[in-house]
Amino acid sequence: MLTRLGPLITILLLTGPIAFGLAGTVLPAFGFLPVLGGMELTLHHFRTLFSQPAILTSVAISLTAGLVTALFSLGVVVLFVAGWAGTRLFGRVQHLVSPLLSLPHAAAAFALAFLIAPSGMLVRLVSPELTGWERPPDLLVVHDPMGLFMMAGLIVKEIPFLLLVTLAALPQVRLKETRMLAASMGYGRVAGFLLGLWPAVYRQIRLPVFAVIAFATSVVDVALILGPMRPSPLAVRLVEWMNDPDLSMRYLASAGALLQLGVTAAALGLWMGLERVGRIMCIVGVEVGVRLRRDALLRGAALLAMGLAAGAVFAGLATLALWSFAGLWQFPDALPASFTLKSWMRALPRIAAPLYTTLLAGLLATLIAGLLAILCLMREEETGRRPRRALMLLYLPLLVPQVAFVFGLQLFLVYADLLATLPALVLAHLVFVMPYAYLALKDPWYAFDRRYNQVAAGFGKGRWRRFALVRLPMMTRAVFAMGAIGFAVSVGLYLPTVLVGAGRLTTITSEAVALASGGDRRIVGVYAFWQMLLPMLGFGVATLVPALIFRRFRGMQV
Amino acid sequence: MLTRIVAATLFALAALSARAEDVHPSDWQGVLDGARGQTVYFNAWGGAENINAYIEWAAGELEKRYGVRLVHVKLEDTANAVATVVAEKAAGRDTGGSVDLVWINGENFAAMKERGLLFSPGWAEALPSWRYVDHENKPTILTDFTIPVEGMASPWGMAKLVFFYDSARTDEGTLPQDADGLLEWAKAHPGRFSYPQPPDFIGSSLLKQVLLEKVEDPSVLQEPVVEKTFEEVAAPLFAYLDALHPVAWRSGRIFPQNYPAMKQLLADGELDIVFAFNPAEASSTIADGELPDTVRSFTFPGGTLANTHFVAIPYNASAKAGALVTADFLLSPEAQAKKQDPAVWGDPTVLALDKLDEEARARFEAIELGAATLGPDELGPALPEPHPSWMERIEEEWKRRYTAGN
Repeated sequence: MLTRLGPLITILLLTGPIAFGLAGTVLPAFGFLPVLGGMELTLHHFRTLFSQPAILTSVAISLTAGLVTALFSLGVVVLFVAGWAGTRLFGRVQHLVSPLLSLPHAAAAFALAFLIAPSGMLVRLVSPELTGWERPPDLLVVHDPMGLFMMAGLIVKEIPFLLLVTLAALPQVRLKETRMLAASMGYGRVAGFLLGLWPAVYRQIRLPVFAVIAFATSVVDVALILGPMRPSPLAVRLVEWMNDPDLSMRYLASAGALLQLGVTAAALGLWMGLERVGRIMCIVGVEVGVRLRRDALLRGAALLAMGLAAGAVFAGLATLALWSFAGLWQFPDALPASFTLKSWMRALPRIAAPLYTTLLAGLLATLIAGLLAILCLMREEETGRRPRRALMLLYLPLLVPQVAFVFGLQLFLVYADLLATLPALVLAHLVFVMPYAYLALKDPWYAFDRRYNQVAAGFGKGRWRRFALVRLPMMTRAVFAMGAIGFAVSVGLYLPTVLVGAGRLTTITSEAVALASGGDRRIVGVYAFWQMLLPMLGFGVATLVPALIFRRFRGMQV
Repeated sequence: MLTRIVAATLFALAALSARAEDVHPSDWQGVLDGARGQTVYFNAWGGAENINAYIEWAAGELEKRYGVRLVHVKLEDTANAVATVVAEKAAGRDTGGSVDLVWINGENFAAMKERGLLFSPGWAEALPSWRYVDHENKPTILTDFTIPVEGMASPWGMAKLVFFYDSARTDEGTLPQDADGLLEWAKAHPGRFSYPQPPDFIGSSLLKQVLLEKVEDPSVLQEPVVEKTFEEVAAPLFAYLDALHPVAWRSGRIFPQNYPAMKQLLADGELDIVFAFNPAEASSTIADGELPDTVRSFTFPGGTLANTHFVAIPYNASAKAGALVTADFLLSPEAQAKKQDPAVWGDPTVLALDKLDEEARARFEAIELGAATLGPDELGPALPEPHPSWMERIEEEWKRRYTAGN
């Protein structure tokens, strides 16, 4: 009975907020918002939208950001996997990159900003000795009008994500054999992988790639920290309109949110076009016999790009940490003139409440998501069906731009008097944690050797006891890993937190982005440090606790 | 028996609801009793760490002394708090609102007052600490941006536009003496001046300063904008900006987001002249170790913009008694003296020192203003704020002209 309810509740929890949220966005866009007296349907708000200054530039930035981010990060991942999968170096780089997966987008963006700004760490390191600069150069590198640095900020965060999903898909293809076969036919490593394996791998990571595009076209926090400002990307302007004291701007914001939906859809459409181009290139490549036997340069470039992406974030994080302990730190000094704990002491009392909310919302959302995911998986096992379409539903929160439905959701929460309450915040986080929880548990769930279940059944244990006494303990590690991933996702959520928390429930991430505008690097450093720390703690727990539990079970040790 | 219980319950309920409705500072003991245990959501701009820390201190004191829990809702723009109250009014939420106290002045105060969104009738002048307020010599306490306050907001601090520079880099003799001089200075030092992007409050204030200096007849600014003549009146301002942007920081293609961001840029050596609305800003930042101790202040001899900032209570606030207690505490000589200390915040007091008792006055006199702060006699004349509609209209025009970049 309970397992039967699992998928139902999951679908309701996932699609409910999205459906209601979209409705709450679409109706005002066409002029229907009874609280403000909007009763008639009109296209007027779209006319207002398109008469906004430089609106098309904003659209173009968003569209480009989505495509460029996906193209670059996927390109680096593909070439890296193609060139290096199966080598020892591959494993090392993978270990280096995977912690970045849990880092909130905003923290990565801060890290990059601290590193590459004209008065950032890189310039300080080489000034004035190499550059002759006693003063920071007047260069427009962060917040550049084309959004290149915003895209860079997104790319360094999406690379670990795409690498991880690619790694998860790799076991499904016969890497070693195909590599040998391709090599024996004279293909270089890269060409052999691209032509022989990539199509099968890509099919499995297609949805995550779509999620990257959807996210990059509608990102708000990274755009605020690194993105262009005049004009800002579309999603940033939407949030501004949404917060305008003039309530009639909500119509405009809703119309804009629909436009955002269109932009994301257009980016996905264009991407599908690119997929075709890629397919044709692969076919042509096979037919004309491209073998790329001397691909050392390409492989080197892929490795370099991978290393640069990870290295930049780590160096940026180190700079952040340094700033959080800095006293006076003038340009072009590479190190602060003095160190102090003042920023930490000042921030600590104020960080308590957001920290508490972060932990509570993250843990609750992860717990519920984990329970639902297990129920869904149990149900799948019972029925023996692995629904493909349901999987699409799981990706829905990742494919629909957040702004497009969180706006409407906010409106419903205001009606229900639930805005800025913990249950509402947990629900909003759950929508985004759920997909990851399911995906994280799915593979270990199916990898479980069902004969243990049969043995237990032979001892007369019922279904729930089998689950509680046999399967769950054996899946401890996977469950903890799921918990760490879910928690990390929740910690990193910005827009849902800002809109549903309405400033009264704040998390470390929403506070950090709010502080970013103040430009006080010390305090931003403290908050970003926490942003980095929390998911790491989660993964620490996920590694240590199972190790402690199983310290006397040799068969369960890794 | 039963009827008595019912009657007692009804009476208790009536008393409760009456107390919830009838808070007024004239019955201060009643306010104090009602405030105990309340949570006050104080919606205040949260972009500056020293201010956040000061509010944190106030929250601790309020909890200790009055049992009031003060929660700082950190805003990026005060307009957001106004939006919340407007939304609640539209949704019919006339009690139990989510904003209890808001840090406000200028166009936000005007908007709330005009739409009847403020707790009224006037309560500020009935607060116990009002007797110390220097409303005789500080006219902006009673008239905010040409709008009569009428006790609907309690003064919190004084503000005056003051510029800062690093004397280790910039020679005092080269500093501009007025808006025209500033433009000349910027042309001579390309990339070293900028202003926060409007609608940031401080950025808009610089625009108003320029407008006040450049407009032909300043008296039109004391009246609401007349759409027909706006373009003509504002033309010198935008001509000024058109000339300034090419020589501004990053060639005017981006702007700092607010004044703390400008302080960071001054510390980094990216900007040479920055400004703030708080004469002690530089001293407090030096005390924080964010700026070198060679930073100094200056103003324009012809005068700079000055105003008062307030706290106000929305009409539908949930914790009105708690908000009143908070407003009174913020106005108390102790809280005001602490606020004026550059080591804390450095925001000038709204109180008159000669109205204070010995001990309280000593508190103020003991404050070390620091070398970077100009004395009250060096601040130059105070220019009155234009009518709030000018700020709104200028911000709108700024957005129209400069959103797409140059």
